[in-house]
Amino acid sequence: MPPKAAPKQKAGGTGSNLKVGKGRAPRINAPAKGKDDDATTEAGDGVGEEWMQAKTLIKPDDQLELTEQELKEEFTRILTANNPHAPQNIVRYNFKEGTFKQTSHVDQLAIHFSLEGNMIHKDSDEARRQKAKYGASESYYQSWMWKALSEQAISESGEEKKDEGEVEGDAKPEEGEQDGEKGDDSATPAPPKSDQKLTNQFNFSERASQTYNNPYRERGSQTEPPPRATFSSTANQWEIYDAYMEDLEKQEKAKESKKQTSRKDEEKSKKKLTALETQSDDLSRISHAAKIIERMVNQNTYDDVAQDFKYWEDVSDEYRDHEGTCLPLWKFSYDKAKRLAVTSVCWNPKYRDLFAVTHGSYDFMKQTRGMILFYTLKNPSYPEYIYPTESGVMCVDLHPEHPYLIAAGFYDGSVAVYNVTLKTLTPLYQSTAKTGKHTDPVWQVAWQKDDLDNNLNFTSISSDGRVVAWTLVKNELTFTDVIQLTLDEVPQEGPDGTQLAPLGCGTCFDFHKQTDHLFLVGTEEGKIHKCSKAYNSQFLDTFDAHHMAVYKVMWNHFHPKIFISCSADWTVKIWDHTYTNGPMFTFDLGSSVGDVAWAPYSSTVFAAVTADGKVHVFDLNVNKYEPICEQAVVQKKKTKLTHIAFNSTHPIIIVGDDRGYVTSLKLSPNLRKVPKDKKGAELSKGPEAEIAKMDKLLSLVREPSNKDEKN
Amino acid sequence: MEDQQEGKKEEKETDYRRLQSYPLIRHSDMNEEMRTETMELCVTACEKFSNNNETAAKMIKETMDKKFGASWHAVVGEGYGFEIAHEVKNLLYMFFGGNLAITVWKCS
Repeated sequence: MPPKAAPKQKAGGTGSNLKVGKGRAPRINAPAKGKDDDATTEAGDGVGEEWMQAKTLIKPDDQLELTEQELKEEFTRILTANNPHAPQNIVRYNFKEGTFKQTSHVDQLAIHFSLEGNMIHKDSDEARRQKAKYGASESYYQSWMWKALSEQAISESGEEKKDEGEVEGDAKPEEGEQDGEKGDDSATPAPPKSDQKLTNQFNFSERASQTYNNPYRERGSQTEPPPRATFSSTANQWEIYDAYMEDLEKQEKAKESKKQTSRKDEEKSKKKLTALETQSDDLSRISHAAKIIERMVNQNTYDDVAQDFKYWEDVSDEYRDHEGTCLPLWKFSYDKAKRLAVTSVCWNPKYRDLFAVTHGSYDFMKQTRGMILFYTLKNPSYPEYIYPTESGVMCVDLHPEHPYLIAAGFYDGSVAVYNVTLKTLTPLYQSTAKTGKHTDPVWQVAWQKDDLDNNLNFTSISSDGRVVAWTLVKNELTFTDVIQLTLDEVPQEGPDGTQLAPLGCGTCFDFHKQTDHLFLVGTEEGKIHKCSKAYNSQFLDTFDAHHMAVYKVMWNHFHPKIFISCSADWTVKIWDHTYTNGPMFTFDLGSSVGDVAWAPYSSTVFAAVTADGKVHVFDLNVNKYEPICEQAVVQKKKTKLTHIAFNSTHPIIIVGDDRGYVTSLKLSPNLRKVPKDKKGAELSKGPEAEIAKMDKLLSLVREPSNKDEKN
Repeated sequence: MEDQQEGKKEEKETDYRRLQSYPLIRHSDMNEEMRTETMELCVTACEKFSNNNETAAKMIKETMDKKFGASWHAVVGEGYGFEIAHEVKNLLYMFFGGNLAITVWKCS
């Protein structure tokens, strides 16, 4: 090394200030002046490596001493790619032209050093040749290389090993110390795991981690084995034969019996029918449960209404003097009966929550089908019984002792009796043209007390002027005309000369509660006739009651002389049937009065419904002139209320309208107040008290009117 | 006479064979559906392997295993006695073809 350093420093001396190394590759003109050029290259290297060397300069002993002036002197040297030793003018003989010619191209390449490498590309011909020669795989080369490496290592490690270095190949990469022992192995070195890719065994990293082990859990269960049974038998030809023979006999017997059964086919079909019936029975059994569920659901849905029905009492009544209110409760409707006017409502006399509603039409021009529906307060959403009819149903009455019997009158003039307990939708009895059917709509039907033969019977009235008693005799519906309504006008002469007596048109009637034969008939002409069953064509009395059709007459529940009537002439009148000169009371309700009804709990309370959608409740004992409640109960205007009925036990009324809805209303406490005497103690109850109450009122009214009459 | 009798007997025998080729269930506690299915399987197997009871039994057993779950046993033979423990509702003992007795049961 030192000898080399000398020229370097020398060069430093000559060209230390050369700005050769400044990043630029030195434009060294290859070989030329051996040492000098070497120095320059070295210097270039030196500059490049300056960052890693110490900066102290070591001067060689024989370095040329130069003065400061000399050191500062600049030498300019231009380096070119030309070879200065290359001849500038090479002349060659050109055979083609027969003259010497100067070649323009001069080779500037100079080779200073060359060294043969000991590595060959494995894909090259030489490598292949070597492979073939040594007949070894790549691993040979690897081992060979390893050997070479280790050899190098050994040679560097020390003298001892150098001594033994003659023995080649024994130095295995793994165990460099076992040099001497396996001297002869060199020829066939054990290839370290053939075909394995050589990896750098020092280039690896090791990582380890411990994971949490899931705890083990044991679980077991014992099940019961499936049930077993033992069976034993013996099978042999005799047994098999016998079994078949037995079976054959059986089959033959079966054939014989089949012939017999074929005769009984009819019976079988009958049995099938019964099976079908039992099926329907099954359904009905479910229907009972379903009905309960339906009612439960309804009870939940209309819980608030049910609570109101039972417990709500209008507290504001205490602060109003005498007036009361009606609280709407459930509203009943049935899809198929919508737009069919409610033509009558009637409570069931036995089941206090059940009532019948009939649907039809009051419009002469728009007569359609009709319907009898039974609703219960327990299920406001759907009717309990449904009887569709072809003609509009105009009236209905439930038998007081046999509440399953319904008498109904139709617009086509017929009357019918239904039995609710039967599951048929057809009537039990129906009048036909042959059996005394009315020729005009039947406006009212009412059950009567059983006749002398204990036959059920009812009465009907129609616009054809007849009041007919119907008797249910076994399978027949027989009729007797109770009375023929006539007008006291002179009979007119018909076109063929016959005398035609004009007929009265009956619209309503009511039988007296105590006097069996006595009854009232209201007519379209506005008259009310007091009649007796005893006289077929005569009236006991006639009241010129109204100017328009009488819609309802009704005896008072308590007082035997008093009855009420309502009419299309906007009035409700109360009468004493013994006093024909005029009504006891007259109330103008400002609209056609569709229906009126006495309250069952008081002789002085009645309610009326009008065509303007209002319910009017009167208590004569409280106010003789004004209603104590006048309330519109319909949602839409123009809805006419048609009928009303008091429940016999609960303080509620039902009103029907001409759109097919039935609304139940609860009467507030003021509307059913029991009169108190001055001391505040309740007066004695009972019919006598009620009669007395009415009589007291009547006496107030009657005397002045009597006086008037006298005057 | 004897010949005639023999002939008659043979006739009767063939007649019997002809008549008695239907399956006759002697004992079974299977439900209706399973019973008919098993019976049809036995008939098919015995008709298919009419000369090899062993393969017939094998077929019955394997098919039953497939259809109704493992561990079925089947015995097909002309004469044998047996006493077996079987799972309830899984036994069929029937005759077929006039000379074969087939027992199929399940027991694991």
